[in-house]
Amino acid sequence: MTTSTVAQTALGVRAENLTVRFGGVPALDRLDLRLAPGKIHGLLGRNGSGKSTLAAVLAGFRQPDDGRVLIDGAGLGTPMPPYENAVVTSRVCLIRESGDLVDSAPVRQVLGLAASLRPYWDAELAAELLDRFEVPAGKRISKLSRGKRSALGVVLGLASRAPLTIFDETYLGMDVPSRNVFYDALLADYAEVPRTIVLSTHLVSEVSTLLEEVVILDNGRLVTQSPVDALRGRGAAMVGPAALVDKFAADFTVLAEERLGGTKSVTVLGDLDPALRAEAAASGLEIGLVGLQDLFVHLTAPAPKGDRR
Amino acid sequence: MFDERSPIYLQIADQIKNDIVSGALAEDEQVMSTNQYAAFYRINPATAAKGFAQLVDEGVLYKKRGIGMFVSPNARDLLRTGRREGFFADVVDPMIREAKALGVPLRDVVQHIREYGDA
Repeated sequence: MTTSTVAQTALGVRAENLTVRFGGVPALDRLDLRLAPGKIHGLLGRNGSGKSTLAAVLAGFRQPDDGRVLIDGAGLGTPMPPYENAVVTSRVCLIRESGDLVDSAPVRQVLGLAASLRPYWDAELAAELLDRFEVPAGKRISKLSRGKRSALGVVLGLASRAPLTIFDETYLGMDVPSRNVFYDALLADYAEVPRTIVLSTHLVSEVSTLLEEVVILDNGRLVTQSPVDALRGRGAAMVGPAALVDKFAADFTVLAEERLGGTKSVTVLGDLDPALRAEAAASGLEIGLVGLQDLFVHLTAPAPKGDRR
Repeated sequence: MFDERSPIYLQIADQIKNDIVSGALAEDEQVMSTNQYAAFYRINPATAAKGFAQLVDEGVLYKKRGIGMFVSPNARDLLRTGRREGFFADVVDPMIREAKALGVPLRDVVQHIREYGDA
């Protein structure tokens, strides 16, 4: 994958102080964020964390109440906001679980519409994927099962070959074999046409290997943004006598703690170098690694009372 | 397939090293391309590329421009020598500690090693 092809086919994102409120309640709260072009980003967060609102703003479906979003690259010239800007929105494809499809239209007609709206539409790919997901082209949208509807969303998202493609929990309606077909098709087509992909989900473990970067949202705010591989091995659980645990945990961000009599267990975020591990082990502290899914749960768990990280 | 608790690029590198040490991958044999590897194991191509780059840095793989990546002619020796150095400290010593903790006499361990090794 060369930089020149990425520049042609991928869009970057810059959100500054981005705020969206629903009835005065912030769904996105002063969010600062950058998405590098040409990567597969995971947008992770619990239900209600602001993932879908962010996706809708990026696709120009919604205007920010405060702050701004700029989309950059892929022949746009200057960075521009997506809202009411056809040059940007034709290049940004958001696939939502609802599908945003006209119920009475047959599948074939939906594809025809996408072909006319999407500058990089690949009809051959669309036909091939429709086949693989066994979505009947002649059927009306209203007659499709939830799984087939989701699959059609995936077909539209991939065949659009949009320089910024966002799948917002699209694949939740699909069964496991179909989701695997989706993951395989996504990787194959991404290898062929590198572009910016955002996968929004709360099922971290299933998609984590597909991702290069993760953005974790909680309560409309950014918890962390990092290469996904850097998060693996960054969480650790320490168990031992309370005083000893406190001593070693002092240098780290403590995500969770539990106490049982004189024994304490904490989950920390940070890089534990081998020297520290050896010292901890020698003094009788048990250290275990925490997997990505557990780390995600801790990062987005409600904070203890009166103590917000 | 992959463990969620350590970086995947390191796990990829380790897996390929294991294949070289066991002989499953021969010297001067071409390895999968990053995209093939990514598709096969269903992982991000950039992650696969990072694992391969690490192996090139360590001299385990080498690149032929426009063709692909190959196992270095001395890769197996290189890896075996490296692992031999740590063999007693990493593999044998923990076994002896465990045997002692469990009260398994060392002569039983030695006998088992002889029998298993000859089998």
